[in-house]
Amino acid sequence: MTTETMEAPAVAAPTATPPHPLREFWGYFSANRGAVAGLFVIVGVVLIALLADVVAPHSPYITDTTIALKPPFWQEGGSIAYPLGTDPIGRDMLSRLIYGARLSLLIGIVVVMVSIVVGTILGLIAGYVRGVTEIAIMRLMDIILTLPSLLLAIVIVAILGPGLMNSMMAVALVILPHYVRLARAAVITEVSKDYVMAARVSGAGPLRLMFKEVLPNCTAPLIVQASLGISTAILDAAALGFLGLGAQPPSPEWGTMLADAREFVLRAWWVVTFPGLAILITVLAFNLLGDGLRDAFDPKLKRS
Amino acid sequence: MKKSALFAAICVPAFLAAAPLAAKTLVYCSEGSPENFYPGINTTGTSFDVNEHIYDNIVDFERGGTKVVPGLAEKWDISADGTVYTFHIRKNAKFHSNKGFKPTRNVNADDIVFMFERQWKEENPYFKVTSPNHSYFTDMGMPKLLKSVEKVDDYTVKITINQPEAPFLANLAMQWAGVQSKEYADAMLKAGTPEKVDQDPIGSGPFFLVQYQKDAIVRFKAFPEYWGGKAKIDDLVFAITPDASVRWAKLQKGECHVMPYPNPADLEAIKKDTNVTLMEQPGLNVGYLAYNTTKKPFDDVRVRKALNMAIDKKALVKAIYLDSGVPATNPIPPTMWSYNKSIKDDEYNPEAAKKLLAEAGYPNGLETDLWAMPVQRPYNPNGKRMAELMQADLAKVGVKAEIKSYEWGEYRKRAQAGEHQTVQLGWTGDNGDPDNFLHTLLGCASAQSASGSNVAKFCYKPFDDLVTKAKVVTDQAERTKLYEQAQVIFKEQAPWFTVAHAVQLKPVRKEVVDFKLSPFGRHTFYGVDIKGK
Amino acid sequence: MIRFILTRLSLLIPTFIGITLVAFFLIRLVPGDPIETMAGERGIDPARHEQLKKDFGFDQPLLVQYGIYISRVLQGDLGKSIVTRESVLTEFQSLFPATVELGVCAILFALLLGIPAGILAATRRNSIFDHGVMGLSLTGYSMPIFWWGLILILLFSVQLGLTPVSGRIDVLYYIEPVTGFLLIDSLLSEDEGAFLSAFEHLILPTIVLGTVPLAVIARMTRSAMLEVLGEDYIRTAKAKGLSRFRVIALHALRNAMIPVVTVIGLQVGVLFTGAILTETIFSWPGIGKWLIEAIFRRDYPVLQGGLLLVGAIVMSVNLLVDLTYGLINPRIRHTR
Repeated sequence: MTTETMEAPAVAAPTATPPHPLREFWGYFSANRGAVAGLFVIVGVVLIALLADVVAPHSPYITDTTIALKPPFWQEGGSIAYPLGTDPIGRDMLSRLIYGARLSLLIGIVVVMVSIVVGTILGLIAGYVRGVTEIAIMRLMDIILTLPSLLLAIVIVAILGPGLMNSMMAVALVILPHYVRLARAAVITEVSKDYVMAARVSGAGPLRLMFKEVLPNCTAPLIVQASLGISTAILDAAALGFLGLGAQPPSPEWGTMLADAREFVLRAWWVVTFPGLAILITVLAFNLLGDGLRDAFDPKLKRS
Repeated sequence: MKKSALFAAICVPAFLAAAPLAAKTLVYCSEGSPENFYPGINTTGTSFDVNEHIYDNIVDFERGGTKVVPGLAEKWDISADGTVYTFHIRKNAKFHSNKGFKPTRNVNADDIVFMFERQWKEENPYFKVTSPNHSYFTDMGMPKLLKSVEKVDDYTVKITINQPEAPFLANLAMQWAGVQSKEYADAMLKAGTPEKVDQDPIGSGPFFLVQYQKDAIVRFKAFPEYWGGKAKIDDLVFAITPDASVRWAKLQKGECHVMPYPNPADLEAIKKDTNVTLMEQPGLNVGYLAYNTTKKPFDDVRVRKALNMAIDKKALVKAIYLDSGVPATNPIPPTMWSYNKSIKDDEYNPEAAKKLLAEAGYPNGLETDLWAMPVQRPYNPNGKRMAELMQADLAKVGVKAEIKSYEWGEYRKRAQAGEHQTVQLGWTGDNGDPDNFLHTLLGCASAQSASGSNVAKFCYKPFDDLVTKAKVVTDQAERTKLYEQAQVIFKEQAPWFTVAHAVQLKPVRKEVVDFKLSPFGRHTFYGVDIKGK
Repeated sequence: MIRFILTRLSLLIPTFIGITLVAFFLIRLVPGDPIETMAGERGIDPARHEQLKKDFGFDQPLLVQYGIYISRVLQGDLGKSIVTRESVLTEFQSLFPATVELGVCAILFALLLGIPAGILAATRRNSIFDHGVMGLSLTGYSMPIFWWGLILILLFSVQLGLTPVSGRIDVLYYIEPVTGFLLIDSLLSEDEGAFLSAFEHLILPTIVLGTVPLAVIARMTRSAMLEVLGEDYIRTAKAKGLSRFRVIALHALRNAMIPVVTVIGLQVGVLFTGAILTETIFSWPGIGKWLIEAIFRRDYPVLQGGLLLVGAIVMSVNLLVDLTYGLINPRIRHTR
């Protein structure tokens, strides 16, 4: 789902130095109101996730069939004890959503970490070694990109078995090619540059070269891609959950909650509305942040 | 597929059909696509519902009942020793036609013999066409039972079986024995396209197929020359709608007239709707949680009993089935003969459960797995949610249950292999005999076989003796006594936590006249009429 | 140019072989047994299980199975579904038009709204309208479309009763299938009601499936326009006194469309992903739903054939985009 790659610059261009780079970066970033809003939302979600035990009014797992499907407090029959209503087996929606934030953040971060690490290594190898290795890696990435991402993820989950961990692995695999391509492109451009040549001449080994010289120079696009990647990961994992292949009940993962309550859509709007809204807001926040980061890293692009 | 045949059928009678709304159309929101149009290899009710309208059987079940009535055979004689059945085929049963084939003769003995041989004799050229897996034919034990099927004359067929078998006629009324046209089969074989027989079906049933679009629609038209008289409706449409809530939305809007398997969550609204009648009938089924009686800790009857007391069944059934299920006490449904009414269910009592667990040597509780059904069935509308509720109840008595699930085929295979500690499963009977539940699901033979359905692996001699004996006894009163006793032992030994019996619910719009619920859960629209329009 | 085409094609072959490998072996790794899945509660007796395995060819060594499979694929035979016993290709052909119809409508919807919105946003940069378009498009891009579909059904079908809940056309209409595209077929049938019904049924699925492409196209159009508007020749054109409309419509738009076309091409793969979810929600009888069901039923031949066909389609579209791009912009050819 990341057509956004298109717009990501291959390499950040280091510009003139004067103000401290971090301050300059913050200057550009804070000028983008959307990005700042995204950042705030993310900080909020992170806080909620960390403090879930404190802020959640109820346990996300305790069922009580006597209070099943209570509407949110502002509707008739609702009560402030369950501000967003209860689900079909009487669990508090708000508490489940709060605990769900943990899972979604976990999914986003783990998936992106895994695919960044694996993708960068593969990309560096492909870009540095070239030859057959490169062809093999890049063809494999092409295959992954050719098959519809969700379909491939579903097949992988079918192999590994449904579950949170397995769906994370599946999503990590389908977004892998973006990082591999990014890293490879960066290596190829960087390797031909003078400073790498110089390092090489002075006898730096390939490993040292890659991690000391090349990698630091392609971190900017990687960070941008990572922030956008988190949103893709959350969306895809939720889609898997929706199809019943992601995290399994009673886990309060948002997509799974949605799938679990889908049959009540006609009777209780809140059981499907809130989890979806939570996904949308979180994903949107990460996309805003990603956009802001990209613009801030590459002020030249901001012009356009 | 069948479009041109229909086109001809509509256009020839001088554009009468140009205004389709004038015709009486009944729309049935079905739950899925049929597998194909060869009844001999079908296994799902969805396919049965479709093929039942296209094909006829030698004998039929009475509509809305279990009584066997004449079908293609007007009458039959059974020899004194019960091994020879002579069927007299009616002479006025006509086959449908389509663009590739026009029948030149009526249904006769050749077609009946063909129906058997196609599923029975490997040398029959059609044995392997479409699929050699004639599930029901094999499952009903036909290959072992049948001795010969002979054509005596054009309209008489003689069937000899190896030993007397009381339910034989009833078995012939089941969908697997739908009669196809031998003449059509021969013509297609000659043309080199034998599989056409099962794709563009020709039968002698009350409706003929007009159009099939996978996952969208099955369209039939009433067959005017049907031997039983033309159906009261003109068009029959199956609108394939897998989502239960969507089916209900469509029924509400009048986009369809009958729907199966309503979503329990919608029942309240369905009952309130004045345009809809909710028909209900207790089903021949049971949903249960089986304890693996060969594995620790469930080899101890006290642990099984304790768990039975730890789960709040009433609340569970209410939450999962809503109004579509009744809590189950015995392994057989209350509508079945020999149901033992005097048995009391284990009461819900977490304190007593804890005590019993302590007695059994688990004062601090225990850990177990809990397998949740991955598919939806009437006897278990939501395996995952059921598991969650059970898990929560068990936690209260210190039993930590880990919910597990597998893909459906895998799930059953592993359960049959006994990999689980506790597993959800259920059963729907198809011949109405308690043997089909008590022996098949809880007998020793089934516990020992790798493909047996006894997932509790329950093999308890006193129980097994009773149900094996009841199998060979013919006197129903005596059988009833044996089965009643078996149910007492079942409750004492508690190999299952019996959850519920699902009630068959069919929301039907008020304009539909004379739709009858089938005890087998089928949907038959011959004889049904529709008012108004 | 011919060399360019040949290189592109030669790159496709290994990818395609790779897809056959992935489709074949990945699916064999899926635990579960199609025969068991078919058997249901009743189970299956081991002897018949063996017999069926033999009949389906599952008893052969994997490599042999793969060899047989490939040789059949080369003859255009993708096998038969285990569940329906119908040829995979036939099933695909009968369901594909539904997916294409939905996909084309979604893309048209995205183009018709996205391009004008992008252009207007670009020409009124930093206006409220621009911020609105950008904000909405980012929201659309972040949309969990499975939820979006449910919400739209809840609102338009259930609350307001404006649109049908699911399916492609009201079942009362019998349309002679000619092209398989119901909009066209219903027009051919000259039944106004049928056309309207088909159209009504398309509205919500089109919006749901078109949301992400719409967001991407709007953003892309805007940034492409901004870039082009900053180019010298546009400034020259403006300086020459050409009207603002002429400049935008004739000069800028044409050049700005190149990246947009590419994006549309790239959206095809994304569309398939979306189609899986959209078809599931709306009971739309298309390829996405077919493949999902095949996974749940362990219908190997359908899954293999489906992955192969979908892969082939995405590859062909990508190739087409590449070629058009190469034609429009000769610089591309040499860099590859």
